[in-house]
Amino acid sequence: MNNNLPTRTVTVRNPQGLHARPADLLVRMASAHQSNILIGRDGELVDCKSILSLLTLGAAQGTVLTVSADGEDADEALAAIEELFEAGFDDTNELPGTESTLDG
Amino acid sequence: MVELQGIPVSPGVAIGPALVLDSDGYRISRTLIAADKADEEYARLRSAIDAVAEQIEANRLETSAAAGDETGDIFSAQMQMLNDPRLNGELRRRITSDLHAADYAVNRVLRNYALALRRLENPLLAERAEDVLDIEKQLLLQLGAFAEQPLSDLTEPVVILSHNLSPSETANLDRRYVQGFCTEVGGSGGHTAIVAKGLELPAVVGIGTFLDSVVNGTRVIVDGDRGKIILDPDEDTLASYQQRIEQSHSLSARLAELRDLPAETADGTRIRLSANIEFPHETGSCLERGADGIGLYRTEFLYLASSEEPSEEDHYEAYSQVVSEMNGRPVVIRTLDLGADKMGHRPLAEQEYNPFLGLRSIRLSLRNLDLFRPQLRAILRAATHGDIRVMFPLITTIGELRQARMLLTVVARDLKDEGIPHRADIPVGMMVEVPAAVVMLEHFVQEVDFLSIGTNDLAQYTLAVDRSNEYVADLYQSSDPAVLRLIQKCVEVADDWGRPLAVCGEMSSIPGRALLLVGLGVRNLSVPPLALSRIKKAIRSVSINQCKDIAERVMTLDSAKDVDVYLLDRLGVLVPELVVT
Repeated sequence: MNNNLPTRTVTVRNPQGLHARPADLLVRMASAHQSNILIGRDGELVDCKSILSLLTLGAAQGTVLTVSADGEDADEALAAIEELFEAGFDDTNELPGTESTLDG
Repeated sequence: MVELQGIPVSPGVAIGPALVLDSDGYRISRTLIAADKADEEYARLRSAIDAVAEQIEANRLETSAAAGDETGDIFSAQMQMLNDPRLNGELRRRITSDLHAADYAVNRVLRNYALALRRLENPLLAERAEDVLDIEKQLLLQLGAFAEQPLSDLTEPVVILSHNLSPSETANLDRRYVQGFCTEVGGSGGHTAIVAKGLELPAVVGIGTFLDSVVNGTRVIVDGDRGKIILDPDEDTLASYQQRIEQSHSLSARLAELRDLPAETADGTRIRLSANIEFPHETGSCLERGADGIGLYRTEFLYLASSEEPSEEDHYEAYSQVVSEMNGRPVVIRTLDLGADKMGHRPLAEQEYNPFLGLRSIRLSLRNLDLFRPQLRAILRAATHGDIRVMFPLITTIGELRQARMLLTVVARDLKDEGIPHRADIPVGMMVEVPAAVVMLEHFVQEVDFLSIGTNDLAQYTLAVDRSNEYVADLYQSSDPAVLRLIQKCVEVADDWGRPLAVCGEMSSIPGRALLLVGLGVRNLSVPPLALSRIKKAIRSVSINQCKDIAERVMTLDSAKDVDVYLLDRLGVLVPELVVT
């Protein structure tokens, strides 16, 4: 992996951890960007556009994750994802800057 | 009329219309495709995925309308999983590069994800494993790998024909309607066979491929005595089997008269004849047939027959029920024997190449104390209601035995501290079922109150035969001279140290072999409830010297086949009523 990729550190804030619904939102957000996005703990980075991979991270509340993105919209993608984590995946269907892959 | 031969695992005759289960549910066999068919196979998968996507979307709309968007969202997560790029990439690679058949690829990949989710020990995520498995099932249905199992809503008598049945599937068969079953795979010592016997369901396994040629509703005869099944029998055959059912009813009636008579030889050597059970409700049939006690209570079926992991209270209630109903007769509880072919609710061991040599039975219990402790607590608590004894399965090293005993002591102390009524002084025994334990038995015997030989596992480990593998099942014989020599040694050691020794494997339920065991010096036998009357009849028909002669002669023979031929011949002379013709 290219070490110069833009990288952020995020913390899982919502009490139930990165379970199905947050993972669903995260995948939708990631999929709205064309960059390749990897997320995970040290040495265990997974595709942020794969819900099964996200779930198998088993990230509980308080887990610190590293996100990196590779592509033209890498910075925007990271900002959007960081915002999602900051907000603790609050129960809103409004995803800034994304289109739902399900409702469309 | 078509007659097929398989392996008889549970005696009796059943006649009824066939209910064919197209596959064994989820176990999809490893199928490869030709390289030039890979694109076609992948296209087949794609259209299955599209069809499932439509179904999920329909489910989502329907559920949202009926139960609100929150509930409907379950299906949007499923849709997300179905469209997962990693998942699709992996499926594609397996089909186009590894040349896996689509159903095999789906089965492997989704099962792996489900396993990974379950391993996270996060209940919320473990539930997602169910979604993954649900998607797997829907894809497999679309791919035609199996059809919906119609087992839950039976309304009339049937005979089940299936590729395979797991022990838990067998345990959950609706006995009001299921008359018997036959499977393509399986061997004589498998746990499915044990459950079938427990349920008194005639069963034949290991028939080989035959389901393709059977249609639902075909009349089937299952001959669980001789391991035959007959499809579409002619009038004469049908009549003769119906007659056999009647005869066996009248033999049962005659055997039932033995109920209140002791299991002793004609010249007065008393044999303690106990029963092996899986479920508390079986105590009734044990008492009806005059069992001296429960010689083997297989507690893991508490796990296999229920959809939730049993709690300490569940254990306690089951054991209390059994010991109360047995009304003063001893009840030997074997601690959890999970692993290998008996899995519980959570993945306890990783995928193992040799599960029977892996993390199973006492090894698994000692590594999962949160599973083991509640059981031990429940046993000590239930012991206040009667004569409960505990034994540990698959003991291989002295360290395991000591560790298990120590845990029992710790648990007893906890109960005392908590002021919960219990008994700390119950007899503790071990199962002798690994050759290493026989070899070292002089040491083990000093640290236990009793011994019980599990001939199923002892034969499996002595003969290096997987008893549930139909390719080698014929090599699996508890009458093999090598096994008999190990049993002989156990009797000698137990006698030297004055410890009671029982034999509780399938071996003791075969009349000829039971007489052989008595001749070898075994004085405690434990058999399935259904076999109690027959074994008692056999014991009461012979003298102890006749048994000793049998043993002496058998120990000169060098093959299981010779032993069985000789035993059958002796049985024909001594107890002709019991010879199945």
